[in-house]
Amino acid sequence: MEKRPRSFYVLSVVFALFVLFLYGPTITIGILSFQGPEGGLTFPMRGVSLNWFHELFQQQAVGDIWGAFRRSFALGLMVMVTTVVVSVMAGLAFRKRFPGSGLLFYATIASLVIPSILISLGVGLIFNQLGLKVHWATSGFGAQLTWTLPFGLLIMFAVFNRFDRSYEEAARDQGASAWQTIRFVVLPIIAPSLIGVALFGFTLSYDEFARTLLTAGSYNTLPLEIFGMTTNVTTPVVYALGTLTTAFSLLIIGAFLLLAWVMARRRARLGSDAGKGV
Amino acid sequence: MKVTRETVTGWLQAAPLTVVLLGFLLAPIITIVIVSFWQATEFSIIPAFSLENYQFLFGSPVTYKVFAATFRYAFITWAMTLAIGFTVAYFLAFHIRSQTVQIALFLLCTIPFWTSNIIRMISWIPFLGRNGIANQALMSWGVIDEPLEWLLYSDFSVILAFVHLYTLFMVVPIFNTMMRIDRNLIEAARDNGASGFQTLVHVIIPLTKPGIMIGTIFVLTLVMGDFITVRFMSGSQRANVGRLISNDIGLLQYPSAAATAVVLLCTVLIMIAILLRFVNIRKEL
Repeated sequence: MEKRPRSFYVLSVVFALFVLFLYGPTITIGILSFQGPEGGLTFPMRGVSLNWFHELFQQQAVGDIWGAFRRSFALGLMVMVTTVVVSVMAGLAFRKRFPGSGLLFYATIASLVIPSILISLGVGLIFNQLGLKVHWATSGFGAQLTWTLPFGLLIMFAVFNRFDRSYEEAARDQGASAWQTIRFVVLPIIAPSLIGVALFGFTLSYDEFARTLLTAGSYNTLPLEIFGMTTNVTTPVVYALGTLTTAFSLLIIGAFLLLAWVMARRRARLGSDAGKGV
Repeated sequence: MKVTRETVTGWLQAAPLTVVLLGFLLAPIITIVIVSFWQATEFSIIPAFSLENYQFLFGSPVTYKVFAATFRYAFITWAMTLAIGFTVAYFLAFHIRSQTVQIALFLLCTIPFWTSNIIRMISWIPFLGRNGIANQALMSWGVIDEPLEWLLYSDFSVILAFVHLYTLFMVVPIFNTMMRIDRNLIEAARDNGASGFQTLVHVIIPLTKPGIMIGTIFVLTLVMGDFITVRFMSGSQRANVGRLISNDIGLLQYPSAAATAVVLLCTVLIMIAILLRFVNIRKEL
């Protein structure tokens, strides 16, 4: 093997420092959330306990964390399903050049780069002017889609740009209808990438703060609830909540990765024998 | 224009996306623009045309100060995320030889992106606070005698949090374009006697420009529109345009918030228009 240049070692150190920078603070609050009952927001640790997690489950003065969690979870699932379905449909649409596609593409990009607070303010104002009540499942849902759909569509672009069209042609030659081609050829091939779209949809929604701020109504989602806590809770209970939600996010990522891995294995096992001369 | 079957299918498939964007992107922006010309009392907003909000906005020295602060945050954050993001992407793309390791390290960088921003902000408190890890370490090493007050709730902590939250938006597009650079080009540069540094400057950086542009657009727009990081990490002591808007919203001064939002929107769009002159996004996907 070729000898590593000196720059490799320098850059390895830089990379390691970057990873430390990314994870260090989160790991620190993870450790601090196990403070003893006398402990504060910084080191030193005054004993080790589950006290602050326990406090979290007591939910006295801190508001409705579990209600907020349930709402965020439900909203995340709604956004996830919608993002997958709408992104796939739009991805299919963009494979052909239909009139207006350029405009729609730029609108999608605009949706990605327009400051979140504008969406939040605008949606809030519309509901206000129409005399509708803002609610996480209506205005909040729509506002979040303007953030998740562009990500979903960009992933679909990447997927379809690398898609081998000869599979579809083969299906058509065998007499499959357009719908059958999509259902039995295209969708199974792109299925693993859809896990990525779903992961984006769920987690972006689950953590979204700015777009939900003025559109969630009287029932907070979890990020809003956490923000409320950061301004008026000065005990490690806020770290405990941080640790729990981070752990939950990691669990979700892990579940999606596992799903992708299982699908890849299944595919390898049940793969086609075409061209192998069987 | 001939409407074919294929066009109709395309439209039908794009319809859900179009509906969402019309209802939750275009309509809100139009509403903001309209409301920015309305008037407000302490209790309600009055739909009567007036330029009052803009006159107030452009007549107030606070506006210019806050916009200057916003640009400063955006520029410093951009420079730092670019330096870090480019280095990290370069290391992953050109120094890691095994693809499995490459993907694993890349995933390692992206995981924090998937956890709550607010939690990631809170997690700086035990580091930067008066009795935080940074101060304690510096004092025990004898570098300083008294805790540094400017570590938390300052411009420093705001920018640190921005870099922490948004560097990934630089790493991903740069890594993505770097991975698509034909490795033969680099070998050719070396065969022609280019040093590592010359290859970097004359081959890799020019070919990575689209990724840099996309990352730049992400970071700039995220920082320009941010209101929560600035509020949280500065302990409400600093302001940017996003905070100006959210303060007005807090005071129920919607027309005034809308006017500021329109100016912010125009600023962001002009910046993006300039950046897009350097790159064709659609070609890069």
